[in-house]
Amino acid sequence: MHRPTTLFAVAMAFALVASACGSDTPTVADTLEGTTITLVTHDSFYLSDGTLQAFTDQTGVKVELLSSGDAGTMVSQSVISAGNPVGDVMFGIDNTFLQRGLDADLFEPYSSPALADVPDEFELDAQHRVTPIDFGDVCVNYWTDALTAAAPVSLDDLVKPDYADQLVVENPETSSPGFAFLLTTIARYPDTWPEWWQQLRDNGVKVATGWEDAYYTDFTAGGGDRPLVVSYASSPPAEVIYADPPVDTAPTGVVNDTCFRQIEFAGVLKGTEHPAAAQALIDFMLSPTFQNDIPLNMFVFPVSERATLPQVFIDNVTIADNPATLDPAIIEAHRDEWTAQWTDIVLG
Amino acid sequence: MTRAAKALVVVLPAAFIAIFFAWPVANVISTGLADRGWNALVDLFGSRRERGVIWFTIWQAAVSTLVTMVVALPAASLVAAMRERHRRLVRALVTVPFVLPTVVVGGAFAGLFQRFGLDSGRLRLDQTVWAILLAHLFFNYAVVVRTVGSYWAGLDSRLEEQARILGANRWRTFVEITLPRLRPAIAAAAAIVFLFSFTSFGVILILGGPRRATIETDIYRFAVTRGDLQTAASLAALQLVAVLALVGLSTALERRRPITTRHARRASNPIKRAWLWGNLAVTTLILGTPIAVLIERSLSVGDGYSLRNYGALAHRVRQLPAPAMVALQNSLVFAVVATAIAVLIGGLASLVVVHGRRAVGRVFDLGLTLPLGTSAVTIGFGILITLDNPPLDLRTSWWIIPIAHALVGVPFVVRTMVPVLRGIDESIREAAAVLGATPARVRREVDLPIGSRGLVVGAGFAFAVSIGEFGATSFLPRRPDTITAPVAMFRLLSTPGDRLRGQAMALAVVLMAVVAVAVAVIESVRGTSEGGM
Repeated sequence: MHRPTTLFAVAMAFALVASACGSDTPTVADTLEGTTITLVTHDSFYLSDGTLQAFTDQTGVKVELLSSGDAGTMVSQSVISAGNPVGDVMFGIDNTFLQRGLDADLFEPYSSPALADVPDEFELDAQHRVTPIDFGDVCVNYWTDALTAAAPVSLDDLVKPDYADQLVVENPETSSPGFAFLLTTIARYPDTWPEWWQQLRDNGVKVATGWEDAYYTDFTAGGGDRPLVVSYASSPPAEVIYADPPVDTAPTGVVNDTCFRQIEFAGVLKGTEHPAAAQALIDFMLSPTFQNDIPLNMFVFPVSERATLPQVFIDNVTIADNPATLDPAIIEAHRDEWTAQWTDIVLG
Repeated sequence: MTRAAKALVVVLPAAFIAIFFAWPVANVISTGLADRGWNALVDLFGSRRERGVIWFTIWQAAVSTLVTMVVALPAASLVAAMRERHRRLVRALVTVPFVLPTVVVGGAFAGLFQRFGLDSGRLRLDQTVWAILLAHLFFNYAVVVRTVGSYWAGLDSRLEEQARILGANRWRTFVEITLPRLRPAIAAAAAIVFLFSFTSFGVILILGGPRRATIETDIYRFAVTRGDLQTAASLAALQLVAVLALVGLSTALERRRPITTRHARRASNPIKRAWLWGNLAVTTLILGTPIAVLIERSLSVGDGYSLRNYGALAHRVRQLPAPAMVALQNSLVFAVVATAIAVLIGGLASLVVVHGRRAVGRVFDLGLTLPLGTSAVTIGFGILITLDNPPLDLRTSWWIIPIAHALVGVPFVVRTMVPVLRGIDESIREAAAVLGATPARVRREVDLPIGSRGLVVGAGFAFAVSIGEFGATSFLPRRPDTITAPVAMFRLLSTPGDRLRGQAMALAVVLMAVVAVAVAVIESVRGTSEGGM
């Protein structure tokens, strides 16, 4: 009686180890149980209560969060402490800063099986050092009731007299949406963008330092006198959700032709002592549990095709079908030159 | 005092500043300059843009200091002439602007400019250097009123009375008798205002508009946006040198003549009261109107007014990891710890500055004031690459936040305490010694009670600095559940929607109330220690 039992136990143990080596089985938990990993993010990382707990329940891995400033701050901090990171996984590096992170060799390559559900257009690094998690569009928004003409539909419209003194943009030197909008114009008019900005300046564009000043001081939303602002494609649903008093439809709309696509990535940080747990977290970020939680918390869109959008997003957002994009390597190589040129034209 | 205790008085503040400031800052600058060394600094002066930035930084800080001194000094005299009870109240109230995040105040100012048509046309204030000066006055008013007002109150007014009896008019009495004796406090206040304006970040960017840049905003731009650590490090080195020179100058002014202070109620005010009250009315307008705007915004909901935004502080919104009230609690805990550290380190350091060996005192005075004039980016990056190995891997420690706050609080404690300690009438100390008191006892029973007058004012400052700190806090990697009130406000303002904005304004108003009460409580401690005088 004893012998078969022991044999059975040994066989089971083998089976467990074997299945633990495959990545998709629940028994991964047995090897990771009790690990604690740290997720480094920016200050706009929000999730519902319990979302990360679901990961812990599945894998036995506890996740601690560390956040600092915006994506630029997070990346620059990680670059100077490269090799001795403060955490195990980074979330929130976007395509405008991606190349800087790759150049500094911040990430350990990892190709998640869950990438099967993600359209190829989001995968910007062939070596899989980073994994796309969400995307959002930076676009010109308008306050419908405050416009004196029909809503603009293109970049070209914005330099017409109908929209004189109506647009506020953010300084690309100090603001991430401001920089993204500059990239829209460079992607749309690779050679003539300086002339376009000169025309925009002549048409009375106002420049604010950051999104908060632009949206809450100059834009109609904050009592300002400009009905056009550079904001996000997801700003209209936020205007519905946080309206006071409640409203059914957003007071704002989006000019789809002006959108620049920002993709946010996650990556396993080089120097981590828990690579397996870190990889499991990347897998989890692409799971429906996490992906479905993204829109209403971070006001960006999930990359996974298995994710579903909440109704308020479906009602108030059209995702731009032809957003502007640029190669991260080109962005990093030209950032200083472009912003300097922009400053000369618009502020000089 | 035993030999060990004596050593501790010197070693504790020295170790604090060395570990948390000097070492990290030296490390980050030398790392940044590793490739090109001081040539990078030479390049900086070669660039026309950077020369302009350096000049504008110094210019706006100097003018901001001048404007603040001119506007706030009469108010300081008014405060000095008040009964202690009232003085404490005013001192607590003026601290309020000090704790407001610039993103909130910037919004309030911009809203005011719009309402009164000052955002365009010939009277445009928005995005001008005037807006910068106005905002610096708003934030720094408290520094002058509190530092100079408290010191002034302690001045022996018999000299002025004698001068008046001998026929000097009020103005002459003020210029020739009062002003020279106020010099240590004025120099201390001016140094702090200058350093704050010198390293001002949010005000320059938000109210100055996109064309303005200072050394501080450029350090951020190069280090964070551009990832050009070399230029950022050169700018940081330059900032350090400029601040060293300035602080050296101000300490020289501060120490030139020891001034005797004594507790005597001042019989009458040397300057015409009407003018003073007029001045106070103007400053109430400058300080009060933006605050009134914030209160109005915090109460407005939908089409009317209600306290709904305040009720919302108890509930978590998605933009915050916890209800806003929890952020407020965190801020209070950090502020209490930061104040305790600042009082301990600053108090000990003041003793060294005043009674220690001259050279040592000088180094302390300089070293402890430097953090006030150093960019949060420099300190933050420094800590990240320096305190990154056990046993000092403090990068993500809870303690690093109150320590960073205390770095800014310590100079306030030193700067308010040193002039007071220096001013202690030597005859009291001698009398105590003649009566057989040991030096330690003199220190305990003479220096401490009188010095505590400066100490509580410095403690109030340290508390307010910590409560309102945004730059370093948001820059250091933090656990979400340690979110502070200013960071929470910033987050609430980062998503569109009137309800979030209303909640941010309500949180700002609660923070103002909390800080006024807390500073009043801290400074009431002094009443008891003074009783025996």
